[in-house]
Amino acid sequence: MRRIVVVGASLAGLRAAEALRSEGFEGELHMVGTETYPPYSRPPLSKGLLTGTQQVEDCLLHPTTDIDARWWLGRSAHALDLERRTMRAGERRLDYDGLVIASGARPRAWPEAVLPDGVVTFRDLDDALLLRDALRRPPRHVVVVGAGFLGGEIASSCAVLGVPVTLVELEQAPLANRLGHEVATFLARLHREHGVDLQTGVTVDRFVGDPALRRVELSDGTSLEADLAIVALGVHPNVEWLAGSGLRVRGGVLCDAYLRCVGARDVLAAGDVARWPHPLFGGETLSIGHWTNAVGQARTAAQNLLCGTGGQPFVTVPSFWSDLHGIKLRSVGLPALADEHHLAEGSFEAGRFVYAYGRRGTLIGAVGVGMNRRLPIYRRLIEQRQSIGTVPQAAAPGPQQVEATAR
Amino acid sequence: MKVRVDLARCEAHGECTYAAPEVFELDDDDQLHYDPTPPEHLRAKVEQAVRACPVQAITMSD
Repeated sequence: MRRIVVVGASLAGLRAAEALRSEGFEGELHMVGTETYPPYSRPPLSKGLLTGTQQVEDCLLHPTTDIDARWWLGRSAHALDLERRTMRAGERRLDYDGLVIASGARPRAWPEAVLPDGVVTFRDLDDALLLRDALRRPPRHVVVVGAGFLGGEIASSCAVLGVPVTLVELEQAPLANRLGHEVATFLARLHREHGVDLQTGVTVDRFVGDPALRRVELSDGTSLEADLAIVALGVHPNVEWLAGSGLRVRGGVLCDAYLRCVGARDVLAAGDVARWPHPLFGGETLSIGHWTNAVGQARTAAQNLLCGTGGQPFVTVPSFWSDLHGIKLRSVGLPALADEHHLAEGSFEAGRFVYAYGRRGTLIGAVGVGMNRRLPIYRRLIEQRQSIGTVPQAAAPGPQQVEATAR
Repeated sequence: MKVRVDLARCEAHGECTYAAPEVFELDDDDQLHYDPTPPEHLRAKVEQAVRACPVQAITMSD
């Protein structure tokens, strides 16, 4: 293989490039990215970069290997021709022998064409720098729409900065669908204890202001005076550039278990943009937008690209973290796919617990707060496909557990 | 091969302990312990640990 192109100059793209070089690839390596920044890490953007404990330099990804690549930054990839093995980075044509698609994801926009100034989404470094500066004016009142992991962290950063913030969530409690009612209730209390005005079971009807945001109107008739709103409603995989290429792109670029893109040869995908079948989760395809998944998939994709056929399927148990209001929440596996769950260790009252999730009787996930050292055990149990019956139930049920079983 | 961890940056994610369990270990207080001069045959695993660390706390040198 003489030339490999990596589309996407963020975490997955960089790690794929490093892995290619570590595995002995000595040909030409081209990195294509839409942003003009060198690769940087996303997790600090909603945490330390906003609160001021970290700077831009702390977010940059330091290559762990000299990847000796040509960089095409500030260029959009397009015109992929699988037959001819060629594509374009901006105007520049790049033929390839191998291609790694690591084009990531972008935030879901609010579905209105015209919005007041001060309604923003949050994904990349420029978004974070704008928000950081806006939070320092300071705004009178911030509304964060969506209490998922990102929305929760942004609200937490606002609270740290003493900026009044309302967190608006459609579900009855933050992340209830993904983590279950009990953990979601814990998160709701956590937000409120730290001064976040959490509004659940509602959505935003309108953003009002001309030209600048003045008010946010909620579906229950509440009207919030606000001058800054951040829409944090999830992401779409960046697959538009692949339209018409012949790759299957619904919900991410469809790959086999080896991360090889279906319908192509020597084209693999890694990171937020990829969708692939995970054997631990019934073989349904997944798309995972987490840091450790990007790193792990980048390495597997690079190795499998270089070995042509075969190689290693990507079977790593996913993991994730979120830091908010001074706690560290860690997750392994896929709690969102559970059909049952229970408190395994600790207690919500103590603020330290492990919550276990099962699917068809098998352990598939665990979420821990303040109990990092316990999660590797659950990760191993998940890999081994242990029955959820082997996972302990935490001692005496507290009021929250009784409430949970009654639900 | 020398390994150094900035323990002030370490947040006990434990990714390094998956990548190179022979070199990295977290204790019950979430403190990281590691071998600063691991044997050469572990180079690929240590490289993986460096790349997997979510806070880029690990550096390696020859």
